[in-house]
Amino acid sequence: MALQAIAFYLMAAVTVAAGFCVVSARNPVHSVLWLILAFFSAAGLFVLLGAEFLAMLLVVVYVGAVAVLFLFVVMMLDVDFASLRQGFARYMPLGLLIAAFLTAEMVLVATTVSSQGAAKDSLTPMASGEGSTLSNAEAIGRVLYTDYIYFFQAAGLVLLVAMIGAIVLTLRHKPGVKRQVIMDQVLRTPKTGMKLVNPKSGEGIEG
Amino acid sequence: MEFWSTPVGWTIITVAHILAVTVVLLLTIAFIIYGDRKIFAGVQARKGPNVVGPFGLLQSFADLGKFLIKELVIPAGADKAVYLLAPLISVTLALGAWAVMPIAPGWAVSDINVGILYLFAVSSMGVYGIIMGGWASNSKYPFLGSLRSAAQMVSYEVSIGFVIITVILLAGTMNLNQITEAQAGGFWNWYMFGGGLQNLPLIVIMFPMGVIFFISGLAETNRPPFDLPEAESELVAGYAVEYGSTPYMLFYLAETANIVLMSGLMAVLFLGGWNAPWPAPYLAAWPAWLVGLHGLFFYAMKTFFVFFMNAMVRSIVPRYRYDQLMRLGWKVFLPTSLVAVAVVAGWRVYTGLPGAGQ
Repeated sequence: MALQAIAFYLMAAVTVAAGFCVVSARNPVHSVLWLILAFFSAAGLFVLLGAEFLAMLLVVVYVGAVAVLFLFVVMMLDVDFASLRQGFARYMPLGLLIAAFLTAEMVLVATTVSSQGAAKDSLTPMASGEGSTLSNAEAIGRVLYTDYIYFFQAAGLVLLVAMIGAIVLTLRHKPGVKRQVIMDQVLRTPKTGMKLVNPKSGEGIEG
Repeated sequence: MEFWSTPVGWTIITVAHILAVTVVLLLTIAFIIYGDRKIFAGVQARKGPNVVGPFGLLQSFADLGKFLIKELVIPAGADKAVYLLAPLISVTLALGAWAVMPIAPGWAVSDINVGILYLFAVSSMGVYGIIMGGWASNSKYPFLGSLRSAAQMVSYEVSIGFVIITVILLAGTMNLNQITEAQAGGFWNWYMFGGGLQNLPLIVIMFPMGVIFFISGLAETNRPPFDLPEAESELVAGYAVEYGSTPYMLFYLAETANIVLMSGLMAVLFLGGWNAPWPAPYLAAWPAWLVGLHGLFFYAMKTFFVFFMNAMVRSIVPRYRYDQLMRLGWKVFLPTSLVAVAVVAGWRVYTGLPGAGQ
């Protein structure tokens, strides 16, 4: 138990510190790297909760894919962060307001959980904690694909529409670009690929 | 006996276990590098390394010494912290992945329920060592090399993920030990051949899936014919241009550890892991340590076999062009593996047959 407490405080501290560094780092690439550390230690917290499936998904999806995209974008775009920081004072009130709302919500959730117990006591257990016979993956699968299958499908449709939209917006066929068509190459035979000509001397091969 | 179940004793045992696995792994890597060069040389009718030690067996250790005593040069303007962190991350992830590898019955350091996801997560994080190394070098060539490398790894991860899902569907578990146990009792139970005689029609799906996994593994570890980021004869060294001395050695070590990891994973997922290719009821009478060695032998044999194929591909197949690489990953492997996931899931639902291990 003591070991778990140590692990929890360590990872929670790392998460908070990394989160702070994301905001305060001067170099945007360092920011993203700190963000990755924050994701990673959050995954560690999930493991401590007994939600190892969620933890691995967090690492695979966020650390392995989303953050790589962030890193790509930040490295490729030459963002002038000095000019971005200029409006800091102007946006300060709005930022504080949003932060206040978020804090209030989190405090509400925390107090509700501590006074009335977590949602897992009344609904399907999400984490394979004590007293649950389902494994993580089974519990999540049951919620996603059985209880809320229509919502899940709707979410999938929204993503599909977004994907098609992105493709429609960015796909353009430039005329005159030579592309490799593997099928044509495979279907080539000596008959179609070769032409025997018998040119007269002094004349070119074709007209 | 009492002492070993206390937290202190448990920690000592686990650390010793980790050390044993790491030392054996590092030794294996040293000789795998040697074997790789020998195979490469053999195909090209050369001799390969043959000076250091008998038959050049100690070549890798000589190289290690050479790397270690070289001067560490950090390029001017490099982001020092990230520059030094990148190879460390690479090598930590590459070695850490071995924590869940079922090398023999009960010999895995950690037998976790989401073992295969853990491996997938760790291998998908391997991109960071490369991106960070390329970026922190403060030079255009490593940066471009790292971008190519990262794009390639991210592309092939997708199809690797789907191929892994087909195996998970057949095994009904994500625990690597249980996946291996499900393939016990003869080579016809291996997932390369559909997993059990009752699933034999699935060989049409699973055999190509195994091949896709093998090829994607080549691309994922930047091995020829997909070694575009560091194409020896065209570019310099990809993301590692500005690296030398020990950090470069760490990158090299991580790369080789990843190759062995992919070979080992192929052995576990498709070739039955530690199981003998024939039914092995005689094992029941054997003592545990002998059963372990028996398993280790077959696991190592399969891993080396996959690695041998890997090395042969490296020496025989010419390098892909970048657009061909992307086409293969996104237009061929991704749709094929997606269809395979659907077909295998349908097979499992409509036949109602239990997986080989249930």
